[in-house]
Amino acid sequence: MNLLYFAWVRQKIGKGEEQMTPPVSDVASLIAHLKNIGPNYADAFADLSRIRMAVNQHHAGLDAKLGPNDEVAFFPPVTGG
Amino acid sequence: MQTRIRIQREDFDLNAEVTALAGNGEAGAVASFTGHVRKEGDLTTLTLEHYPHMTEAEITRLVAEAGTRWPLIGVTVIHRVGSLKPGDRIVLVAVASQHRHSAFQACEFLMDYLKTHAPFWKEEARSDGQHWVEHRNSDDDAAKRWQK
Repeated sequence: MNLLYFAWVRQKIGKGEEQMTPPVSDVASLIAHLKNIGPNYADAFADLSRIRMAVNQHHAGLDAKLGPNDEVAFFPPVTGG
Repeated sequence: MQTRIRIQREDFDLNAEVTALAGNGEAGAVASFTGHVRKEGDLTTLTLEHYPHMTEAEITRLVAEAGTRWPLIGVTVIHRVGSLKPGDRIVLVAVASQHRHSAFQACEFLMDYLKTHAPFWKEEARSDGQHWVEHRNSDDDAAKRWQK
């Protein structure tokens, strides 16, 4: 699984991208898995109301299903335009 | 529908983009919106980050949706990234159609959806440091007006 982080999510976690093969099948369980990796992840995901996500470059929800080759991105609500 | 989507660090030439859209003479109307960095307080720099590939994919989807709602001839979306100063151009949405009504509406629709869907993030530099700009709920309300 390819994981991407943007804006303050990237800053809190300390990297923009990483590969891993976590034993998870949806976004919610991926977040639970990440929060156990370390305090930087726990901090980034402390308030899920401030987190948005995309799976394979489509906006997605916590219930989105994940496979081993998916690209999953986590970021704050967008502020372009 | 002719679609041009560009994410770039460089500035853009509004007149050249509008002329290109109107170019073939089919379009009787080109409506455009240009967003600039607002001068607010002691803001010195606005830095824009985005999600390469998804940004283009998401804007492509938004333009396709606009194309199902209005009879459009062409759409150009240019969004800048990197470091910008107050007054700099950030974004251009230009829409060509046969008549003004659809051009105006599609332009506003695209801006409202771009602000709530396209994966860009702004970070402000002020005298007290760097701050990520918070998403505005009023932008969500603006996008919701277009829900069918």
